[in-house]
Amino acid sequence: MTAPVLSVRNLSKSFGGLQAVSDVSFDLAKGELLALIGPNGAGKTTCFNMLNGQLRADAGQVMLNGTSILGLSPRRVWRMGVGRTFQITATYASMTVRENVQMALISHHRRTWDIWRSASSLHVDEAMQLLKLVGMHEQAERAAAILAYGDLKRLELAIALAHAPELLLMDEPTAGMAPKERVRLMQLTADIVAERGISVLFTEHDMDVVFAHAHRIMVLNRGELIATGSVDEVRNDARVQEVYLGGGTLFEDQAHG
Amino acid sequence: MSFYFAQFLTGLSSASSLFLVACGLSLIFGVTRVVNFAHGSFYMLGAYVAYSLVQVVPGSILGFWGSVLAAALIVALVGVLVEMLILKRIYNAPELYQLVATFGVVLLMQDAILLIFGGEDQFGPRAPGLDGVVRIFGEPIPEYDLLLIALGPIVLGVMWLLLNRTRWGILVRAATLDREMVAALGVNQSWLFTTVFFLGSFLAGLGGALQVPRVSINLLMDLSIIAEAFVVVVIGGMGSIPGAFIAALLIGELNAFGVLVLPQATIVLAFVVMAVVLVIRPYGLLGKAETLAHSAGQVELPIRPASTLAKSVAGLLLAGLVVMPFLAGEFAIVLATDVLIFALFAASLHFIMSNGGMVSFGHAAYFGLGAYGAAFVIKYAGGSMELALLAAPLMAAAGALVFGWFCVRLSGVYMAMLTLAAAQIVWSTAFQWQDLTGGDDGLLGIWPSEWAKSKTAYYYLALVLCGGGILAMRRMIFSPFGYTLRGGRDNPNRTESIGINLRHHQWAAFIVAGMFAGIAGGVYVFSKGSIFPDEAAIPRSVDALVMVLLGGVQTLSGPVVGAGVFRLLEDEISRLDYWRAILGAIIIAIVVIAPEGIAGFIKKIAIKAGFERNEEQSS
Repeated sequence: MTAPVLSVRNLSKSFGGLQAVSDVSFDLAKGELLALIGPNGAGKTTCFNMLNGQLRADAGQVMLNGTSILGLSPRRVWRMGVGRTFQITATYASMTVRENVQMALISHHRRTWDIWRSASSLHVDEAMQLLKLVGMHEQAERAAAILAYGDLKRLELAIALAHAPELLLMDEPTAGMAPKERVRLMQLTADIVAERGISVLFTEHDMDVVFAHAHRIMVLNRGELIATGSVDEVRNDARVQEVYLGGGTLFEDQAHG
Repeated sequence: MSFYFAQFLTGLSSASSLFLVACGLSLIFGVTRVVNFAHGSFYMLGAYVAYSLVQVVPGSILGFWGSVLAAALIVALVGVLVEMLILKRIYNAPELYQLVATFGVVLLMQDAILLIFGGEDQFGPRAPGLDGVVRIFGEPIPEYDLLLIALGPIVLGVMWLLLNRTRWGILVRAATLDREMVAALGVNQSWLFTTVFFLGSFLAGLGGALQVPRVSINLLMDLSIIAEAFVVVVIGGMGSIPGAFIAALLIGELNAFGVLVLPQATIVLAFVVMAVVLVIRPYGLLGKAETLAHSAGQVELPIRPASTLAKSVAGLLLAGLVVMPFLAGEFAIVLATDVLIFALFAASLHFIMSNGGMVSFGHAAYFGLGAYGAAFVIKYAGGSMELALLAAPLMAAAGALVFGWFCVRLSGVYMAMLTLAAAQIVWSTAFQWQDLTGGDDGLLGIWPSEWAKSKTAYYYLALVLCGGGILAMRRMIFSPFGYTLRGGRDNPNRTESIGINLRHHQWAAFIVAGMFAGIAGGVYVFSKGSIFPDEAAIPRSVDALVMVLLGGVQTLSGPVVGAGVFRLLEDEISRLDYWRAILGAIIIAIVVIAPEGIAGFIKKIAIKAGFERNEEQSS
């Protein structure tokens, strides 16, 4: 087996008395789609925010291709080749779809300090190729502010791919979308990352999406990894079933705790 | 020792006065999110009304204390009137619009007070029963000061009871935390806001009325108190009343003891403290981070390079400006020079404000720095006009470099307040450092070089420098740098997560804007031949905001149109009596009726008529 793209060891974070994430360790192989699932409040987003530098970890180690990225700012993590999409889409409302992608390209090519050329005329071909990849090229000249939500998600994917990342962090990529669209978007993502050999770590609530596309699944509950394995392994895991299906006791505990 | 104790008590009493005003301001901001410039006017009105009730009303029917209370009540009603007639209409507009509208109220009130009470400085009577002094450690302490010292904590206590022990108080606290949630729970916000304005204005009026026995009452009270009150509110944390109390104590004592150590720098000190506090605690001592994003106004459309029509209009305008001196008289040439200068000044504000989302309430600082920079070269270095015009942008950029470093650490209202503080530092330095700046007397006799002496030659110089500056900034707006700023305004999170150091870009933009404002200041000083501290004062900063607003915040040609209209308008009405009131009314009317500004309005018409490309409206 080749060395993992992302290697996480003993990642922990507490907020006051609450242990949000404790001792989480996992590896992500090249080209792998790894799903991180768990009930609300399990610590998924906290994990994500530590990986991409928005949140400082209390302890642990995060290596990207053997280089530590823990404690770097989101900006530097991005420069190391990590793309990110947000749970609530983050795009530039007052720019066109194409310009949104161009901004990521301009940053990637380190031209943000250029005060002379027209931003809208830089890296046009590259931007259009990325938009074509996600099926947004026909809407390239529209304002991002007036896009439908599903299209915004696809635009965000194109932005995240602009610097040819090795790793994509996708926080609930299909949240807020219609069921049919969810499957389409995830299929699109799966195709793109397979073709480019990108590794993906994503969180998701929709089990249909997770079971259909994840190569491997990790289950987080109250900050701890309770199961890791293939789709079938996780599906048949007694503790996971308890958490997700018959988990009356766990949920009640939370409600009273 | 006893002297210092007396000084300490003096500090406490001025802290109490300050707290009364700041407390109302903070309350109003916390609930309505309106940065209320007119709060200082309410304070001034309170003083004038109380004075009149005591002195002028025959027999002084109400007595001193009755007059103070009655004055506060009258001010509270005026506050409610302002809220219901003006602010209610613009609660959903961006902060800038509200701020500018309240500044319109400031102008209106100045003239109203001048009309009703006259322009003379007034000295009120001592408070009956409290006109003596008490000896503490041998030092004479006015009894009235002791009353004020007690009043601060009393008002704090009453406010605490109101906010924590009444239903109204719970609603106010809830609205301070989350306005939308409170509305969703079925609370009548309109009523709540009006009552908050009533109480806030009452406190301002009370604060003013209580000053009657202490200080002279004059028409400058409003802006001097509002600047200090802003400092207190910001240091304390906007919306936090205990914070305002602590900050008032801090500033009161700072003033009392600062005057012993650095008598030349008393005004500056407060602003320096504010800047330091904000860098350490970005939301003030007891303030909390904004949980809700402010209303950002309508969503902006993507910018487009100028259409053929717009290009032709701009070309015609430029041609007109070039041939203008051959057709017009000297007066028109001087006025046109003025318009050019202010167009550049407004454009430099527009550059950071609309494109970068960094609202500056103190842009006059860089105009003033540029002007003084140029003047210093002439006065002290014996340099030429050419050298001076080089020094102007450098001095302004240097100022923006320092102040910008602080300002870009913050966002929204806090950033705006810090820019205001920066401008007040510049203004008070110019005002108090007499040896260097001539203080209020200004620096005189700063004239252009021989070749630029004629009005026409100087006009062309202004046209090249100002026109060039405006075009350069326009080019920048379309460049990757400009787009990066625009992106930072739209979505800072996204900007950081595509690897951009937003703060650095914002800082650079701040410096660029300061530099161009400095050029405007430099050109200005040679066109007038003199420079006074007023050029860096609050009204000058508001001028810039009004020009941008008048032209249209979201329109690239806005600042040019706005500056043209504003200067011509000002030139017309400044010859009239009560021109301030007229200007104030115009400002309010623009904000309420035509928030997209003149250029925005014209653009809308052009799109409707099919001359300009229309963007899709929705899908």
